[in-house]
Amino acid sequence: MTPSALSSPQPFLRVVGLRKTYPSPQGALEILKGVELTLEAGASVALMGESGSGKSTLLHLVGCLDRPDSGEIWLDGTLVSALPETEQATVRQRAIGVVFQQFNLIPSLDVRDNLAFQARISDRLEASWLDELTERLGLSSLLSRYPEQLSGGQQQRVAIGRALAVRPRLLLADEPTGNLDEATGDAVLNLALELVAETGCSFMMVTHSARLAAKLGRQALLSSGTIVEDGVWPGRRGER
Amino acid sequence: MKQAFWTLFALLAHWRRHRLNLAALLAGLSIATALWSGVQALNANARKSYADAAAAVNGADTRALVSRQGGLFPQSDYVRLRRAGWKVSPVLEGTIRLKDKTLRIIGIEPLTLPRGARLSGLGEKIGLEKFITSPGAGFAAPETLDTFGLRGAVASLGQAFPPVEVLSQAPPDALIMDVGLAQKLLDRHDQLSRLIVESEGEAPLSDVVGQTLRLVEPNQDSDLARLTDSFHLNLTAFALLSFLVGLFIVHASFGLAFEQRLTIIRTVRAVGVSARTLVAAMCMELFALTLLAGGGGLLLGYWMAQALLPNVAASLDSLYGAAVSTRLSLEPGWILSGMLMAFAGAISSAWSGLIRAFRLPILRTQPQAWREAHRHYLRRQGLLGATVFAAALAFWFFGGGYTAGFALIGGASLGVALILPVAMDSALRLGGRFANRPLTQWFWADSRQQLPGLSLALMSLLLALAANIGVGGMVEGFRLTFTQWLNERLIAEVYFEAKDDLAARRIEQWLGRRAEVEAILPTWRTKTEIGHWPAEVFGLRAHPTYREHFPLLSQSEEAWDRLTRGDAALISEQLARRLKLGLGDAIEIPAQDATLRAIVVGIYPDYGNPIGQLRVDADAFKRHWPLAPRTNYSIRVAPRKTEALIRDLQEEMGPSLARLANRAYVKELSLSIFERTFAVTGALNTLTLIVAAIALFFSLLTLNEMRLMQLAPVWALGVSSPRLAVVELVRTLIFAATTALWALPLGLFMSWCLVAIVNVEAFGWRLPFHVFPGQWAQAFVIALLVALAAALVPAIRLARKTPAELLRVFANEG
Repeated sequence: MTPSALSSPQPFLRVVGLRKTYPSPQGALEILKGVELTLEAGASVALMGESGSGKSTLLHLVGCLDRPDSGEIWLDGTLVSALPETEQATVRQRAIGVVFQQFNLIPSLDVRDNLAFQARISDRLEASWLDELTERLGLSSLLSRYPEQLSGGQQQRVAIGRALAVRPRLLLADEPTGNLDEATGDAVLNLALELVAETGCSFMMVTHSARLAAKLGRQALLSSGTIVEDGVWPGRRGER
Repeated sequence: MKQAFWTLFALLAHWRRHRLNLAALLAGLSIATALWSGVQALNANARKSYADAAAAVNGADTRALVSRQGGLFPQSDYVRLRRAGWKVSPVLEGTIRLKDKTLRIIGIEPLTLPRGARLSGLGEKIGLEKFITSPGAGFAAPETLDTFGLRGAVASLGQAFPPVEVLSQAPPDALIMDVGLAQKLLDRHDQLSRLIVESEGEAPLSDVVGQTLRLVEPNQDSDLARLTDSFHLNLTAFALLSFLVGLFIVHASFGLAFEQRLTIIRTVRAVGVSARTLVAAMCMELFALTLLAGGGGLLLGYWMAQALLPNVAASLDSLYGAAVSTRLSLEPGWILSGMLMAFAGAISSAWSGLIRAFRLPILRTQPQAWREAHRHYLRRQGLLGATVFAAALAFWFFGGGYTAGFALIGGASLGVALILPVAMDSALRLGGRFANRPLTQWFWADSRQQLPGLSLALMSLLLALAANIGVGGMVEGFRLTFTQWLNERLIAEVYFEAKDDLAARRIEQWLGRRAEVEAILPTWRTKTEIGHWPAEVFGLRAHPTYREHFPLLSQSEEAWDRLTRGDAALISEQLARRLKLGLGDAIEIPAQDATLRAIVVGIYPDYGNPIGQLRVDADAFKRHWPLAPRTNYSIRVAPRKTEALIRDLQEEMGPSLARLANRAYVKELSLSIFERTFAVTGALNTLTLIVAAIALFFSLLTLNEMRLMQLAPVWALGVSSPRLAVVELVRTLIFAATTALWALPLGLFMSWCLVAIVNVEAFGWRLPFHVFPGQWAQAFVIALLVALAAALVPAIRLARKTPAELLRVFANEG
């Protein structure tokens, strides 16, 4: 991502006519049917919708974890959906942080190494920032533990720390609190939002919870593979 | 680079938390490398000994003159050639028995040895005077001195035995001395076995010595190398089998590691590691692990070869009269080939995992994907198995030779092994159809789910069991046939060899005066060469002892009478096969006077003898081989008077006897040679089975942790963990029993191939095919014991699982 691209008037993320089909025993299943979406730099959006509506698929495509059948994904002025695999990997490494519902920590590494992993492979490790994240996420006393020795909330905090350690331009979260109780989920999300605001990165989160979705700047509703509503919920307009 | 480094770091960290899997992987690769490289070390050591022995006097590039008829030729030929300007050096080789081992005597002439020979320059090095002046000197390698007790007091060995000194470049089990001294010691006065040619004279060879000698070109395999080929191939085949069984462990370990590391793979890919970098890191990991395991395997292989070497050397000595050094030399080529084999094995085992890792979509890596895919894979595996089996049959049909025989065994084994999981899956599905109780239904369904994880271990168990049944059946059948044959063949009560011809005549006369002696039967022998293969000619009389007892596979009418007439011969089965001769065919036997043309009137079995053999009438023998020693006899005597005769013979004729033994001793000696011959095969067979047991053990143990995911829900529904442990144990025993049943036909097929193809092609004898149900039962019990030993630890661990440990499965579900 070049500085000139950053200063361009275009939105930071632009999704154009995105389509994705998966094979199924009943034949091809079209999950996304021409999705259009934009997200400004530093802004946040919650993707909502029923199970199977295509929210996670959209998040994965935006995160360069999968390829669309057709359509375009522009990230900071770069058509990332058309990049070869190796370059997509570089985008994932340097510009995107992903937090999964299942945490997806590396089970063989302890908390310290899990937190630093993405920053290390992208050569963007900032010791002071990592220390601050560790402190803010309340992980200082857990650094030598392994993922299976942590509670769900602790694991999710490690996943958020790992994603933010590279100072990503876009943070993606796929139902990050889905496996946590309400209080823990709230605490984790609040912390994430706080850090997102401080780093100035854009944030896209998939959630089923309207309450959590309301914490984000914008809400988009997917139904049958298209975005049927996109905007700021009435309750939040005043806040904006 | 940083990406690859940190990815490698994450991959390697996996092993820290899965030490058992790492141990299985390293053990599998180490054992596979060890078995392969160990046997290669044995083969290389033996071949080096043959080459050293040949090169000691010949040199690598020198030609030699040998008797056209085989055996020895008069020294006068040497003198004539030297006078005609031929630069030749005389050699006399022979053997003597010392301490129940064969000591090779090499008589040389140090002054004329060509420069290329390893022993050239010996004269200058140790002093010519010492070599040729009385009492002369013998030279032997340090190990030979130890083996034969030649250090210090050697005077007791006989007048002709010179003082022996150390010569490190001497070949193993050989004593080098001046040719004149050797002639005296071997009682081969004025005779030589070969002439080393440094340069030819102007006069053609035939003008100087007529048709008595022929020129042998350099770089031709020595007789020993050719004769022992099948022995070494046999060892290599076993090593390859063990290597493959070891690789099953490696393959299973990599497969399990891949499944266990799907989360790591998915995560590192999700955070930005490209597929190429991931595979590069996996390759680096593979390289490091192989280096470690291969190195360990080489050390283990070296140790194993050291342990087996005395047995191999003894087998080669008793079977082929080959002297093999019992000191293992460590060659760089051996290390390199061992490591290359380790890398080839590791890459072939990890290949599919690497490809899958490269192609794996980041988002579709469910932990059960590998097993699910494996099930779909079964059908293709079955098809591949059938194809491999058919290809092996075709290769044998169109190929021929013992290599094709081994290829048939290998292909059939691999084919059947590949089909095993498919057959077992079908059997389990069938079992499920007949189950009507919930727990039984779960048992069958769950067994099918467990099959992919265990199939490689079961395949290795199948191969080991089949090899056990196959090779065990062949050896047992051989033993049975050999013992029966020995009983028929060893009819005479006493056997002796006289010191020399004069002594033989004296003993013959002495025996003739003994009333209890019923017959004195000559078994004179000499060496010759037929169709460029070494052969032995025996002279015997058609005494009723032979007419009634000598085992013949086929014979012409009045075979014994025709033999007495002097123009007929009995030939051994292996000679008949090698020369493609049958009854009524004529055979040209190179003799000392001229060629003896004889009609084949009988073919007899001669198990265990790699050298072709033929028997002619004693008088014909005397006529055609006038220079051959006639010192061997067997004596028919009333059984109860045997011991007294032996005692009297020893007392009266002791100094004239080279060897004296009764039938029981000769039989015991023959059987011990037989046992030693198969000792190495037996050891490798057992090792293969141990490797298979290790494969099963590690597979069960590593699967155990993953099994909790499937067992915990059943436990939660009310089946206690000890009961689940019993179910697991029973399941493993069923798997093992089915594998053993599947191994039985394969083992029998293997046994048949060994008896009907490999033995015939390699050794030239066809044994009757025997079956041994007792052995099958033994293999079945071994399979169950192996399974029990492997399954017991995981079962006990499962039975002792606390509720908290089982509940963690549900906590981790997300």
